[in-house]
Amino acid sequence: MPNAEDLQAVLLTLRLAATVTVLLLLIGTPIAWWLARTRSWLKGPVGALVSLPLVLPPTVIGFYMLLAMGPWGPIGRLFNTLGWGTLPFTFTGIVVASVFYSMPFVVQPIQNAFEAMGDRPMEVAATLGAPPLAAFFTVAVPLARSGFVTAAILGFAHTIGEFGVVLMIGGNIPGKTRLISVQIYDHVEAMEYGRAHWLAAGMLIFSFLVLLALYSRRKDRIDV
Amino acid sequence: MSDAEIRARFELDYTPFALSVDLGLPLSGVTALFGHSGSGKTTVLRCVAGLVRAPGGFLSVGDDVWQDESRGLFVPSHRRPIGVVFQEASLFPHLSVMGNLRYGMTRAGLTAEQAGFDDVLGLLGIAHLLERSTTRLSGGERQRVAIARALLRRPRLLLMDEPLAALDLKRKSEILPYLERLHETSEIPILYVSHSPDEVARLADHLVVMEEGRVVAEGPLSQTMGRIDLASRFDDDASVVLSATIGAHDDDLTRLDIDGGAIFVGRRSDDVGRRLRCRVHARDVSLSLSLHTDMSIMNILPAMVTAIGDAPTSGHVLVETSLSGGERLVARVTRRSSEYLGLRLGMPLFVQIKAVALLG
Repeated sequence: MPNAEDLQAVLLTLRLAATVTVLLLLIGTPIAWWLARTRSWLKGPVGALVSLPLVLPPTVIGFYMLLAMGPWGPIGRLFNTLGWGTLPFTFTGIVVASVFYSMPFVVQPIQNAFEAMGDRPMEVAATLGAPPLAAFFTVAVPLARSGFVTAAILGFAHTIGEFGVVLMIGGNIPGKTRLISVQIYDHVEAMEYGRAHWLAAGMLIFSFLVLLALYSRRKDRIDV
Repeated sequence: MSDAEIRARFELDYTPFALSVDLGLPLSGVTALFGHSGSGKTTVLRCVAGLVRAPGGFLSVGDDVWQDESRGLFVPSHRRPIGVVFQEASLFPHLSVMGNLRYGMTRAGLTAEQAGFDDVLGLLGIAHLLERSTTRLSGGERQRVAIARALLRRPRLLLMDEPLAALDLKRKSEILPYLERLHETSEIPILYVSHSPDEVARLADHLVVMEEGRVVAEGPLSQTMGRIDLASRFDDDASVVLSATIGAHDDDLTRLDIDGGAIFVGRRSDDVGRRLRCRVHARDVSLSLSLHTDMSIMNILPAMVTAIGDAPTSGHVLVETSLSGGERLVARVTRRSSEYLGLRLGMPLFVQIKAVALLG
C-alpha cells in the first residue's frame, strides 16, 4: 500500500502539473499566436528554441537551467532582484524548469490550431468592427478551442512524467521537490518493488486514460 | 462629379504582380470591378477595406479620409464603416446564425430596430434560419446570412468580393434575385468584384475594367460594357445593357420601349411602366442594309455604324451601332459578311435582334 510519503509525492506532482499547465497556457498562447502569424525571420529560431526539449536529454536542460537559476545566472538574478528568493531545490524552481521543459507540448497544438484557422476569420471580425484583441478572444480563441484542450492535456501529462530535469534542479526533498517519478526511483533503489508498483502502475493507467481521452476526442471541425 | 465620391489611389509591388490604380468612383449604386483572376480587382477591394495597406496610398469616401499616407493616416478595418462580403461565406462556425448577425450589429452600437433587423432578414429571406447552426446551412443560405451580417452594421459602403463565385449555377440563380432587390431598395453604395459578365450586366451601374493591376476602362455600365475595344475581356459574352420600360402587353407579346425604338419579347407579367434592364448579346444581333419584312425576326431597328473592331472569336468582327435615340447595340458578324456588306463608319443600316435577356 502507498504510505503517507507516496501520497505526498502524488499531491505535489498534481500541484506542479496544474500550476505549470496554467502558466503555460498564459505564456504559450501569445508565443503560439506570434509563431502562427509572423513572417519575421525570427520565426525559425524561436520555433526551434521552443521545440528543443523534444529532442534534448532532460539532464542537458536540467544542467543549463541549474546554471541559469544559480546566483549568477540570468534567471537567478532576476528572481533575486524581484525578491522572489532562490530557485534551485525549491518548488518554484521546478515550476520554472517545467515551464521550459513542457513548453513545446503546449505551444505546438495551439500554434497548429491558429494556423489551420487562416487569416480570414480575423479579417471578417475586423470588418465587423472588432478591434484586434476583441477579435482574438471572440473569434480566434473559440475557433482554436480544440488546440487549447489538446495543449492543456499534453502539458499536464508531460509535466507529471518528468524526472531528469527535476532531479537536476530540485533534488529530492520530500514535500517540496520529490515527485512521483523520483519517489518511484527511490523505491526501486531501495528494492521496495511492491511500493514502486503502486505508483508506477498508477502512472501507467493515468497516462493511458489521458491519452485515450485525447485520441478518442471528436475532432472539432473548423470550416470557416 | 459631385463630392459624393470615392477617391482611391493604390500602388503595390508584389513582384511579379504590381497594382497601380487611381480611381474616382460614384458613391451611389453598384460599381463593378471587373477583370480576370490576377487583374488586381480583389486587391483593390482589400485596400478599400483596410485589410491591405498600400504604401503611399490614398482613400477618401465622401468627405471622410480613410487613408492618406502623406500624413501617415490609416484608419484600420475595424474603425471603417464598411460591410464586407467575402467569396466564401466565412460565417463564424462557433456562433449560431443569430450570433453571427449580432456580431457586427452590436459592435456598431445598434439595436435591432436601428439596424433594420426585420427588414434586412426579410430582404434576404433568412428569418427562418436564426436559431440554426451555421454548419447546417446550404451554400446559398450561408452567403445570404453573410450579406445580412454585413448590412446590419448599417455600413457607409458595402464591399462584395465575388460573393457568388464559390456557388454552383443553381445557388447563383437563387441568390441573384436577392442581390437585385438589394440594389433596388438599398441606399448603400456597393463595390462589387466579379469576373462574371452576367453578374455585371445584372447588377452594375458603373463599371471598372481591370487588367494586370491596372484600370483599362471605367464609366457608366451602358457606355462601358458595349465598348468594342473592351469586348475581348468578355470573351463570347460581348453585349450591351439597355434600360427599357414596359410599354404595353399585346396578346402573347410585351413591348419594351428603349431610346430610339421598341423591342418585342414574350409576354411578361410586369406592370406597364416598370423599368428594367435588358442585355443584348452581340452574337444575337445581325445587320442588314435594307429593311426586310419577310423574315422571322421581329425586332428590326434603324441604326448607324459608329465603330468596327476585331471580335475575340476568330473570323468575326464586332460592329457598334447607334440607334436614333442614342442607345447603342453591338453586332457580331463574320469578317466575310462585313466585307460583303461593305460596312464603314457612318453607314445607315438595320439591326436585327434575335434574342434579349431581361434582367429583373
